[in-house]
Amino acid sequence: MNNLGKYLAVKKEKLILRSLTFFYIGILIIFPIIALIFEAFQGGVHSLWQNIFSPQALYALRLTFFTALIMVVINVISGTATAWVMVRYNFPLKNIINSLIDLPFAIPTVVTGIMLVSLYGPNSVVGAFLGKRGIEIMFAKPGIILAILYVTFPFVVRTVQPVLMEMDPDMEEAAKTLGASSPMTFLRVTVPTLLPAILTGAALSFSRAMGEFGSIAIVAGNIPFKTQVASVYIYGELESYNQQGALGLSVVLLFCSFFVLVFLNLLQIWSRRHEKKQ
Amino acid sequence: MGIIIKNICKRFGDFIAVDNVSFEVKEGELVALLGPSGCGKSTILRIIAGLETPDSGEIFLTGKNVTTLAPQKRKLGFVFQHYALFKHMNVEKNIAFGIEIQKKSKAEIKSKVEKLINLVKLQGYERHYPDQLSGGQRQRVALARALATETKVLLLDEPFGALDAKVRENLSQWLREFHQKLNITSIFVTHDQNEAIEISDKIVVISKGRVAQIGNAKQVYEHPNSKFVASFIGQVNVVDAVVKNGQIFVKGANLELKLPAKKELKNGDIVLLVRPEDVIIKKKGDNTRDLLAIIKRIHYRGNHYEIDCLVNGMELKLIEYKRNVFQDNWKENQKIFLNFRTFRTFQAEEGHQHLHRKLKETGYIE
Amino acid sequence: MKKSNDKIQLVRQSNGIGKYVLIGLVLSWFVVLTMLPVLGIIRETFKSGWQIFVSSLSDSASRHAFMLTFWITLGTIIVNTIFGIVLAVVLVKDHFRGKLLFEGLVDLPFAVSPVVAGFMFIILFGPNGWIGNWFEARQLKIVYAFPGMLVATLFVTLPFVAREVIPVLKEFGLHQEEAAYILGASKWQTFWKVTMPSIKWGLAYGVTLTIARSIGEFGAVLVVSGSIINKTQTATLHIHQEFTDFNYAGAFSAAVVLALISFIILTTMQCVYRRKEVG
Repeated sequence: MNNLGKYLAVKKEKLILRSLTFFYIGILIIFPIIALIFEAFQGGVHSLWQNIFSPQALYALRLTFFTALIMVVINVISGTATAWVMVRYNFPLKNIINSLIDLPFAIPTVVTGIMLVSLYGPNSVVGAFLGKRGIEIMFAKPGIILAILYVTFPFVVRTVQPVLMEMDPDMEEAAKTLGASSPMTFLRVTVPTLLPAILTGAALSFSRAMGEFGSIAIVAGNIPFKTQVASVYIYGELESYNQQGALGLSVVLLFCSFFVLVFLNLLQIWSRRHEKKQ
Repeated sequence: MGIIIKNICKRFGDFIAVDNVSFEVKEGELVALLGPSGCGKSTILRIIAGLETPDSGEIFLTGKNVTTLAPQKRKLGFVFQHYALFKHMNVEKNIAFGIEIQKKSKAEIKSKVEKLINLVKLQGYERHYPDQLSGGQRQRVALARALATETKVLLLDEPFGALDAKVRENLSQWLREFHQKLNITSIFVTHDQNEAIEISDKIVVISKGRVAQIGNAKQVYEHPNSKFVASFIGQVNVVDAVVKNGQIFVKGANLELKLPAKKELKNGDIVLLVRPEDVIIKKKGDNTRDLLAIIKRIHYRGNHYEIDCLVNGMELKLIEYKRNVFQDNWKENQKIFLNFRTFRTFQAEEGHQHLHRKLKETGYIE
Repeated sequence: MKKSNDKIQLVRQSNGIGKYVLIGLVLSWFVVLTMLPVLGIIRETFKSGWQIFVSSLSDSASRHAFMLTFWITLGTIIVNTIFGIVLAVVLVKDHFRGKLLFEGLVDLPFAVSPVVAGFMFIILFGPNGWIGNWFEARQLKIVYAFPGMLVATLFVTLPFVAREVIPVLKEFGLHQEEAAYILGASKWQTFWKVTMPSIKWGLAYGVTLTIARSIGEFGAVLVVSGSIINKTQTATLHIHQEFTDFNYAGAFSAAVVLALISFIILTTMQCVYRRKEVG
């Protein structure tokens, strides 16, 4: 009897914790997603399709995708190089710079946008200088890329850095004693070791760029068919009380997030594929 | 494929890692670089491999000066302390790496890898990844990978340091065998005197970045040229003594004992280094020739006994191999007489207590 | 161990010219991309003196916006710290079907666009929304009011505390808690005296991340709030409003203040992170 009472008490406590969690995740994550998807498909697949493939929405989506792609390429190179320099070399002020790498994570995206305008806007020093030479950055596509480069800068650095730190320098030396040249060693030994981390950083920054709103809203000028990205398009539709129009791209962005999450999980499984099975 | 190391120096900042080291390795020799950790032995090995550039000095491989040659071009095999296997490649790919770099044909690579896998007895593990292997297996992959380039020189950095005692013994014997079979020249770094004594043709003892002694196992063990070598290789007792008119008197004994004189000894303080197994234990002795001692503890060590005894406060370690009579002969707190069969003498610049403490600190003696 | 590793790394670093070229490239990229804009905004804000800065910050809309950000952040910290710990405890210690999927869902707010997040809450809590209907009938406003903005901020910051506490809790294991039970401590005592002290730095780091994100959140809050001046306008919304109204001085001044706050949070974050790594 006593034992049963104890058992029930443990059960009850577990049940309370579990239901709290389910309620919390349910109301904040699961329910809203179901609501969005349900609303989107309520009018039929056809109208959703039309929604997504309306010229303006499609342009916004393509612009978002390609700017994110360009950003990822630049970020993979610069992020890996930054991690490399931070781990392998010593130079003055290294610790301070290492701390400042996280700055883009800490600064609100709107502030990022404002900062970029203050530097590259047509009325500022650098912006005016470039403007005279016909190079437009703000309220144009380069501004979008610059903004997402800024907000995603730490992702690749911070995923590659720990792997590089743990990496055994012996492995690269072993390749050298076996006759591999430096570029060969880098390509065949270093890169494969870092690859899962680089891809993780790339996926995280891609996902962030696809959904980025604050900095782009300030920087891009948001001109349809020119500088309007997906998130800004959705906001525009909502502003003009056209929820129906906002649904299409919202669903696309939502599924894009799902894919990235699945990809990240697969990546983790893949990077552990050589480990001993427990 | 002989190796000549000539006046090598290397410092890291203020720390002198290698201080004017020279030695020679003849073709086909298996040489041990022996020394305590941090003595610079690994740095010497890395300099030979080209992974480190010496500040001064030269390295010759088969008569060719390779001091400034990149490691890629030295064509040496190097086995790293923790193996440094490529984690993202399986056993087969690891071994093939060096041959693939040489752009050999696929068929040739395949047959070579197969041969090496047979040599290191890893059949059936071709597709395994390093994380799925045991320590001994990883070690064998590392060896096969180093040998794959058909190198004639093999450098091994603490090759058995990370293995269990049993695996270590098997592998070291096996290394000795295939060293002979493949007719290669090898240098290995170790801090384990037994390993060095067991398998090497020649031992280079390193202390604080310098060569302390070079010789085969017997020479180094039986004729150490310094207190350091004597105490680092094998166990040793340090006994304070004084020389008067060509006679040695042991200090601290209840009466000063005469010991057989050695030639060319000046008057003054000296230390005697006596190996435990070189002390004869007797029940009865001669007060002028034998040392009176009291047995403090007897340790059972399987095939022998270790006896700690006290000579007027000074502790000596003795070894007595098992004989039928032993059990009856010695008991704790028993009075015995000791006779030094053989010993080495050294100048006592440092007092015995000081030296003793220093040896203890550095872990050369227990 | 770590120290000796550092030494080896230093010893082994190459000294070629490539090293300096790479350091130079990386540092210039870093400075141009992330540091120059900071200098840019400081210059633009203060080029016509302190007066404009002070006056544009002291107007009522601006003050109200910063206060609102403060209250939302406070609410977020309280709710998400409690639920974050509960979530971490359940994810580490409980087992149920579909737990892996559930765990994946926890990361979703990191991946979802803030605008889409805000939109989801409009569909759910809007005046004609699924649940909003029910509240509307009872004269309770959620969207375009404080509760909606809080919910949106809760969503975007949901994973931070749990994600930081989970690994610490996993490493902590069961043995210490079991030891406490055997010594006679109740579950509640054990939680406060044994579990809590060992997760505190992980928790602190998660909370700092939560603070940084709640202060900076823009997209989700913009969509659910309607950005009504002196009512539902947070600091970030205020900056956006000033900017779209071409009142650059006001936008820059408020942005400088937020940037400064983020910088302080970043510094705290680094300190907490160091403590977390140590203890």
